[in-house]
Amino acid sequence: MDTGVGIHIEGLSKRYGEGEAAVDALKEVNMSVAPGEVVGLIGPSGSGKTTLLKCLGAVIEPTGGRMTLGGKVIYDNDWKISDLRELRRDRIGFIFQAPYLIPFLDVTDNVALLPMLAGRPNAEARARAVELLQALDVEHRARAQPSELSGGEQQRVSIARALANQPPIILADEPTAPLDSERALTVIRILNQMALRFGTAIIVVTHDEKIIPTFRRIYHIRDGRTYEEAGEGRAA
Amino acid sequence: MISLAGRDILHAWGKFALTGLGLGLLIGVTLSMAGIYRGMVDDAKALLDNSGADLWVVQKDTQGPYAESSSIRDDVYREILGLPGVAQAANVTYLTMQVRAGDTDVRAMVVGFEPGAPGEPGYLIAGRRITRSHYEAVADVKTGFSVGDRLRIRRHDYTVVGLTRRMVSSGGDPMIFIPLKDAQEAQFLKDNDAIVNERTRTALYPGLNRPGVPGLLEAINASQSNNHNVNAVLVQVAEAHSGEAVAQTIRRWKHLQAYTRAQMHDILVVKLIANSARQIAMFLVILTIVSAAIVAFIIYTMTLGKIREIAVLKLIGTRNRTIASMILQQALGLGVIGFFVGEIAATAWAPLFPKYVLLETGDAVRGFVIAMLVCALASTLAIRAALKIDPATAIGG
Repeated sequence: MDTGVGIHIEGLSKRYGEGEAAVDALKEVNMSVAPGEVVGLIGPSGSGKTTLLKCLGAVIEPTGGRMTLGGKVIYDNDWKISDLRELRRDRIGFIFQAPYLIPFLDVTDNVALLPMLAGRPNAEARARAVELLQALDVEHRARAQPSELSGGEQQRVSIARALANQPPIILADEPTAPLDSERALTVIRILNQMALRFGTAIIVVTHDEKIIPTFRRIYHIRDGRTYEEAGEGRAA
Repeated sequence: MISLAGRDILHAWGKFALTGLGLGLLIGVTLSMAGIYRGMVDDAKALLDNSGADLWVVQKDTQGPYAESSSIRDDVYREILGLPGVAQAANVTYLTMQVRAGDTDVRAMVVGFEPGAPGEPGYLIAGRRITRSHYEAVADVKTGFSVGDRLRIRRHDYTVVGLTRRMVSSGGDPMIFIPLKDAQEAQFLKDNDAIVNERTRTALYPGLNRPGVPGLLEAINASQSNNHNVNAVLVQVAEAHSGEAVAQTIRRWKHLQAYTRAQMHDILVVKLIANSARQIAMFLVILTIVSAAIVAFIIYTMTLGKIREIAVLKLIGTRNRTIASMILQQALGLGVIGFFVGEIAATAWAPLFPKYVLLETGDAVRGFVIAMLVCALASTLAIRAALKIDPATAIGG
């Protein structure tokens, strides 16, 4: 588990296109999330949420700024990491709007896949998967296929997958969108528990009015700029 | 590391099995085409082996008796027998025709031979050898005849007294063996109406019906009604003699064409079935291209159906080579299923073909290697598409 800073970004910017057609999707964005903390990232459509998530996820390259992940500078006006695929695999967890579990792998192997990709032995990877499934209370579905799970179960499995390589940060892209209120709050409660248990910094992008009051800190993003505010921190 | 390809195949085994079945039938057709070609070559070899000859003596400047017509006098064999290095020589005739038995007729090659000499069927599987001078026959089992059946060749009825196997012409027609004299009559003699017409024309020709020359017209008619031609003389070379040397002697001193076994093999396999072989080769090329296109299309479609999963796999750090390997393994898996279905199908329907289909292990091995190469090649399109998928598509709407 990473014991340093979760994630810290300063002056992050992203420009699409050049010249007159250029669009500044992110403008000097600053953000900091501590290990064990869950923060909300809220904003209207086209405000730059997805672009920020893609930059944080090392999927697209920012135009400028600085990003520190787990105490290590990964971007400073240029990538400081040579293998971004390895960075994503080992140091960043992803949770998507839909769970996007691999349909031809059972629940255990969906979770164990990441440690296996990182080179861990199959037995060790599966033991890790079972441990996470127990933590998320879905170990009874360990041998099930993703298509046999309910929406809430699928999302728990996708959370387990995101945690599989013990990354210092998890990026959750509207993880409660397809869920009803009760299940949505359950997912947020689980994320909070996991953040505390594994010391993971979690950024939750959301539109969901039901879960916004649960965050202690919220980043609003509008026209490519972020504004921090304190949240209600209500129990999920 | 778990096998992603294996898991995907197991997950959608029904789709894979059906696709493999379809591809397998196509591969089965391809293997059968190769088997038809091999069967043609084997028929030609069987023809050479079953004749029991080392040399084929035929009319000068012809490639007879199988590839071209050949006609030589039936006393030539005596002269050949007198040559050094000749152990045995015998007349033989070949005539492909429709042989009638009851209400049906069968296309067969009628062989006229002399008992105990080259040209006689090597072995029987039922009945006995021909013992009478006329009107007995030995038939290949593929004619469908049985011992005791009566069959009609030209004007005469023959009784099947024995059955043999794998005695076929280069075209795959089964053989019927009859005594040489009967075969000469069947091949060279005219029917009654033609004989009457010929006699009338001869009688009307003043040069052949001269007054004051008694017996001339009868002698000419008698000579026209007898035929002393055969198609070839089959020669067995004595031990310690070279077939080529004996053939040279025959060519030089007898003004006939003599072919060694290697030369006759060349005529039958290279020349006689050359066009058929090219035809089959074209089919094989087209079938290979069609198979490749089908595999490419199937794998490409299956890959496009997994864009989101592949994007997620790439996003969570799966190497490109792992994804490429997954697609390649699936294509190869499809090829393996297809090959075995094709092999089983080709083996199952081979006996149903009217001509001999020879499925060789070597062809099966080559077919397997080609199927794997074609599948690997076909998967490149899908691999290209998969590698182009942007992992960013997994994030956002």
